[in-house]
Amino acid sequence: MELAEAVLAGERLALSRTLTQVENDTAEGRAALNALFAHTGRAHLVGVTGAPGTGKSSLVNQLARYYRQPPAGETPKSVAVVAVDPSSPFSGGAILGDRIRMRDLAGDPGVFIRSMASRGSLGGIASATAGVVQVFDAAGFDVILIETMGVGQAEVDIARLAHTTLVVEAPGLGDDIQAIKAGILEIADVLVVNKADHPGVDSTERALRGMLELAHPLARTFVHHGRVEKVAVPEAAETKLWIPPIQRTIATEGTGIAELVEAIAKHRAHLEESGGWQRVERVRLQSELDTLLQEALIACWRTKVPEGTYLEIVDQLVERRISPHQAVEKLAPCVDQT
Amino acid sequence: MSERKIRVLIAKPGLDGHDRGAKVVARALRDAGMEVIYTGLRQTPEMIAEAALQEDVDAVGLSILSGAHMALVPRVLELLKANKQEHVKLFVGGIIPDEDAPRLLELGVMGIYGPGTLSETYIKEIQQAVLGAA
Repeated sequence: MELAEAVLAGERLALSRTLTQVENDTAEGRAALNALFAHTGRAHLVGVTGAPGTGKSSLVNQLARYYRQPPAGETPKSVAVVAVDPSSPFSGGAILGDRIRMRDLAGDPGVFIRSMASRGSLGGIASATAGVVQVFDAAGFDVILIETMGVGQAEVDIARLAHTTLVVEAPGLGDDIQAIKAGILEIADVLVVNKADHPGVDSTERALRGMLELAHPLARTFVHHGRVEKVAVPEAAETKLWIPPIQRTIATEGTGIAELVEAIAKHRAHLEESGGWQRVERVRLQSELDTLLQEALIACWRTKVPEGTYLEIVDQLVERRISPHQAVEKLAPCVDQT
Repeated sequence: MSERKIRVLIAKPGLDGHDRGAKVVARALRDAGMEVIYTGLRQTPEMIAEAALQEDVDAVGLSILSGAHMALVPRVLELLKANKQEHVKLFVGGIIPDEDAPRLLELGVMGIYGPGTLSETYIKEIQQAVLGAA
């Protein structure tokens, strides 16, 4: 239990070692997580996701800087950064390059950056990311910025891990049909249009705004075929709903960061006022439990079914003598196949 | 799902801007299944040691072509030690004159891999140094 104690005492080397043990899912790592879990639940978990090259790392750098050096009168917050990059599907190796954009944060003891490889996970974060975040939470960091790997349209695991999810867009990445597709834009609590100095930023913002108006009942009036139309919204819906704001930023210059931080704080306040915080906590922990349960059940099942039996069934399957569903019935009879 | 991945930090301390070699090495280590944290150009020894600590790496590779290796390498070793990371293996690439090599190895550098070194050579030596020590 020494490792967990040292983490709680704020020892950085112990923290770093614990993160490794958790990432490698060792017995030591699990013991540390068990000991640390009671100390979690205080940090604000902020996810940052978006397509490759939209500027996620630069944005995280600026957000962390702002939290560390807020305007006069505000207390600086300690910041942990978890940055996920993809593992090679062939070698299992990875190049983790998010620190390149975060050099402004060097030398600050109130910041701790940890790079993670996805290690085969497809949801934009690694399967151990939840555990790593818990360690940072227990270690007392106020804000934990979780940067996913560059994602496409459907890697939405971050929404189940973070309290507040930023989806980062940049001009020139697609038209308005991309914006109304299902997937990543739906998970945004705050939409960020980064690289706002690039051409096309207005049409990007317009497409996103159009998407939001389709999704959320915003009270507004508009002119359609020469007639003034009114959209009314029931009052109750208006007060409870969170409409994702669209924030323009230029991460390389730090433009728009103060406003973005304010939007993140507003979302947190909204969660707390609307009872959403508890709901998000429940969803988060339940989804983590489900993931671990699946892993444990599979591991447990593997110890019960002899390798030979399994391979025999695979043979039958390949020979088309049984169907995949029938194979499951044979291998896992407790699973009801209705 | 427990597995041991070798984590390596590749950094370029000093002021020269030629990072081709560092990238080639990073890529080769990736293809050998290692997780490579690439920090980019113009890192100070302090930044390198801090990154090594936060990332809990097994090895650090420095690419130096500026001629400042006799100042930078001992400083990084010193800082690793100050952080209680003596176990971290340090290797150096770039332009290191032959007459400086013995002194660097004596200080505790694991290997010196100049231009022309086969990737198999340093991959094998890093694996041996890290896994042998574990």
